[in-house]
Amino acid sequence: MAQEETTGSIFTDIDDGGSGEEINRWQRTARLWRETLSEHWGLLTDELSVKLSMLMVAFFMVVAVIAPYITENPPLQRQYESDAEIIILKWAEPSLLGADSGYLLGTTAEGFDIFSQLVYGTRAALLVGLIAAVFTAGIGTMVGLVAGYYGGKIDDALMRIVDFLYGMPMLPTVIILVALLGPSLWNIIFALIILQWRSTARVIRSQALSLRERPFVKAAEVAGAGDWHIISRHLAPNVLPMSFLYGSFAIAWAILTEAGVSFIGLGDPNTVSWGTMLQASRAYSALQFGAWWWFVPPGICIGLLVISGFLIGRGYEEITNPKLQ
Amino acid sequence: MGKASFVVRRSLQLVVTFWAVGTVLFGLFRLMPGDPTSYIVSSSMTPEARQAIIASYGLNEPMHIQYIKFLQNIVVLDFGQSFHSNAPVSEVIATYLPNTLVLMLTAFVLAYAAGITLGVLSGWYRGSRFERTAVIVALVARSVPTFYVGLLVLWIFGAGFGVIPMSGMTSAGTANLSFFAMITSVDFLQHLAAPALVLAYYFMGYPLLIMRSSMLEVLSEDFIDVCRAKGLKERTIMFKHAARNALLPIVTAAAIALGYAVGGSVLIETVFAWPGIGREMVRAVLRRDFPVAQGTFMVLAATIIILNFIADLAYGYLDPRVTYD
Repeated sequence: MAQEETTGSIFTDIDDGGSGEEINRWQRTARLWRETLSEHWGLLTDELSVKLSMLMVAFFMVVAVIAPYITENPPLQRQYESDAEIIILKWAEPSLLGADSGYLLGTTAEGFDIFSQLVYGTRAALLVGLIAAVFTAGIGTMVGLVAGYYGGKIDDALMRIVDFLYGMPMLPTVIILVALLGPSLWNIIFALIILQWRSTARVIRSQALSLRERPFVKAAEVAGAGDWHIISRHLAPNVLPMSFLYGSFAIAWAILTEAGVSFIGLGDPNTVSWGTMLQASRAYSALQFGAWWWFVPPGICIGLLVISGFLIGRGYEEITNPKLQ
Repeated sequence: MGKASFVVRRSLQLVVTFWAVGTVLFGLFRLMPGDPTSYIVSSSMTPEARQAIIASYGLNEPMHIQYIKFLQNIVVLDFGQSFHSNAPVSEVIATYLPNTLVLMLTAFVLAYAAGITLGVLSGWYRGSRFERTAVIVALVARSVPTFYVGLLVLWIFGAGFGVIPMSGMTSAGTANLSFFAMITSVDFLQHLAAPALVLAYYFMGYPLLIMRSSMLEVLSEDFIDVCRAKGLKERTIMFKHAARNALLPIVTAAAIALGYAVGGSVLIETVFAWPGIGREMVRAVLRRDFPVAQGTFMVLAATIIILNFIADLAYGYLDPRVTYD
């Protein structure tokens, strides 16, 4: 593959001059996108804070995948029987602090292994964060490109929808949707996506508006390129950095929102997340009993994962807008 | 397009947004699985009594009549009666909204005073250790969920040292004071301190980062060099010349952020058991008290919509360079 083509700016288009080997259009599109991405990956990983954040995300990903090998206790399995009570109101002290219980972080008032909940909670957080981010960035980018490229009535209609969504308060809307649809992780993700694409769409649209007037788009139009061709091959690769930026912020916001919704008591009852752990600890007055090993670790995990998302986003922002440095 | 027609168009848009939010809200509560009437009538009632109750809430009429009535009632701020307490929803709102506003405004003033000052300093001392620390603090403040910070504060200062009350807005047994007498009482301020400071810490990051990048932009302009050449003191240039010109983005951002802050009041009010409108909405949602949930949600959405509107209009007045096209 021609190496000199990757050295240009993100605005370089591949010039195949209609000659040479006949590669199909999908391969060409894929190549364009890959080059933009690899260039940005190089710039991004230059920064130390971004590198550390990526390591952090990678660490949580590994934990999520190998969770059953880290702890043998399922997160929602009682570790001991209650004394004929429905709710066990005694907890095992954490062995981390020298107690002889065999549970690293002790057990909850319901008899669940806290360490195991913490480990399995990673899965919920990453699931929510990554799925919400992919769809947020994907839908937002598509809508933004279509609105910005076509303009006129289509643009107006799409942007009125975005304006309407901007009038909806994030957390209360998610709470109402989840309460009505039923508390499950998928409904939380669904509610998040419905609202979150609004910011991506707005930003991508304004980028598409200005890109549409650039000479290379005009040239493609004159050469007889169709709408889809221009959007996918000339506009999309150029707005990709922005979509990724909003995608990485969306990971952070999605995790924060899921934690909040779960904390309020609308979390998925069949899944353990860091938010539901905090909710349970509060419901059983762990604060008053000073059982900090129950409620301190999940919050730290949320904070670490979210700040990683923000730092990656910020690093990316500095690439797309060097003025910020 | 002139300023006048912009204002007219924007006002029309405001009305349409309100209509859209109302319609979606109506649709959500009516079309979702589950019969709203099943929450207000108990199975032990006679069929006649049940019909009478359903009719008293207007739930027996055809959907389109209910819809038209719903919209008419929104215009006159009549959100119906609570399923739970039978009180008019407007009364519920009047009780809880002021509490939210006091908490939010206190936190907001603190956050913007601190955030703007730190933002000015970190823009001025660009590249210094101070700047790096400030940016990290701002990012951490936004990454750790507010309700988690609230939990930690309650644990350390409430349960641990016993210096702050664990919940509520006033101590139990406080005589019924007028609103003004209450919010100026020492007892109230003791209750206000913790949630307001936690919120202020969370809000602070946003003005800090905006002010910093706005300062960076202003500092590169020629008039700053002129100030230096005149031999003005550093502090005079920083606060009197640079900061004043960098304030513009903060004003509109603050209006929008205040709207979202009120909308996001849900979590902090839940943690500190602050009797505000966000917590009331959650409680209404959890006990399926739909009129109250609708009414309180409408108030939260209206705050955002109106403040966005004000921010849009204010922009043109504050910055004469803005054109309306």
